[in-house]
Amino acid sequence: MDAEILWFGWFRADIIQEYAELFWTGLRMTVGVTVVCILQGTLLGLVIGLARLADARHAVAKTACRVLLRWPATVYVSFFRGTPLFVQILLMHFAVVPLFLNPADGWLISGDLARDLRQDYGALITGIVSLTLNSAAYISEIFRAGIQSIDRGQMEAARSLGLSHARAMYHVVLPQAFRRMLPPLGNNAIALLKDSSLVSAVGLAELAYAARTVAGAYSRYWEPYLTISVMYWLLTLGLAWGVRHLEARYGRGDSR
Amino acid sequence: MGAAIRVEHLSKRFGRLEVLRDVSCAVAEGEVVCIIGPSGSGKSTLLRCMNGLEEASSGQVFVHGVAVHDRATDLDTVRREIGMVFQRFNLFPHKTVLENITLAPGLLRGLTAAEARERAEALLAKVGVLEKRDAWPNQLSGGQQQRVAIARALAMQPKIMLFDEPTSSLDPEMVGEVLAVMQALAEEGMTMAVVTHEMGFARRVADRVLFLDEGRLLESGTPAEVFAQPRHERTRQFLSRVL
Repeated sequence: MDAEILWFGWFRADIIQEYAELFWTGLRMTVGVTVVCILQGTLLGLVIGLARLADARHAVAKTACRVLLRWPATVYVSFFRGTPLFVQILLMHFAVVPLFLNPADGWLISGDLARDLRQDYGALITGIVSLTLNSAAYISEIFRAGIQSIDRGQMEAARSLGLSHARAMYHVVLPQAFRRMLPPLGNNAIALLKDSSLVSAVGLAELAYAARTVAGAYSRYWEPYLTISVMYWLLTLGLAWGVRHLEARYGRGDSR
Repeated sequence: MGAAIRVEHLSKRFGRLEVLRDVSCAVAEGEVVCIIGPSGSGKSTLLRCMNGLEEASSGQVFVHGVAVHDRATDLDTVRREIGMVFQRFNLFPHKTVLENITLAPGLLRGLTAAEARERAEALLAKVGVLEKRDAWPNQLSGGQQQRVAIARALAMQPKIMLFDEPTSSLDPEMVGEVLAVMQALAEEGMTMAVVTHEMGFARRVADRVLFLDEGRLLESGTPAEVFAQPRHERTRQFLSRVL
């Protein structure tokens, strides 16, 4: 027991130093994947959120909206929120990606190119696609709630001026909804940043992967994992600060 | 020239609730029509059917001859010619007063930013809130907000104005300023349909008064006729309570 405490006091910074390059590469990968997935997830989330709210004036179009937009979007959200992200990543990596990128008969790309892509970028593709799809499901719910929280009179006032539904959404409803969505979007971004560590399981060289590599090489665990913990922590603190800053900047004029 | 608005056998149901029952009426070019009646009588629904904010269950509304509740009709085009003012103002809280007014004309009437601004300022001067042009809506009193909302609707240069209880959520001391703006508009010859509880306004400004009760149109006549010699007992009861 005494030896353990002594060991903790004896934090071997030289290990971190030796692998600084690996941690740095991992950090850039984590940040890069997170940023790309937040942007893509927000766009896809907006589309899915709007699809879940789709409705029309006339009976035929009403049914079409329900069957072609609302139901698929609801099933999508339900699946990605109702299954573990870790399982989604494994499914993506070992089942879905090989379906699309396959040397023999890929649905998207075949031949040598498919082999090379999977070899060099397989984990990255898996990571970006599964994190995007997953966060889009959560973000679509944020959009839906944000849009629904805007008073119906706003849409009616815009429509009564002659604006189309799309223009009323774009100029009147979405800007107001976006402000209310900032806090939950920030939380989602923080969750995404942390969840990106799961992709290390399929070999994406990000922060958690770097820590695992170091741990494997030295059989030392405090140094690598404490290091990346502090790095994740700083990143999430920075994100939270950024979101608060945005809220302060765009919060004006919201009376309700 | 026919009627600006013609309502023909309009019925509206929300589920099993019949809000409008076979209502037919018309608003002539340049006419000011006030729609009165107890709450829940279908007044607002009737007004909202006129610009298609509410779908008709059956019947039809014609605005300058165009069938509003026809699926082939482009409602956005019809609505450009019909201004609407709401009980709760519904100003856009994320836009300044000026931006509230210039948004639609800039997008739909092809005005340049300078033209839209000029028009907006002229209208703000007209409704008496020009000094608030750069304020946010939540910095305005209710009366000021409603006058801005009127200016916003007028900026599209509509041929018809619909008012849905425009003074009902105002503090009493602010009712007058909004009614004055509406009266000035009426005197300029604007075609207006006004749902209101302000009987004084209806008596003073309306060319015709419609009385609705339980979704039925019971009276239609000049203010003198409806207020002095109502034909129905229900109208008499209602007027005795509100006058």
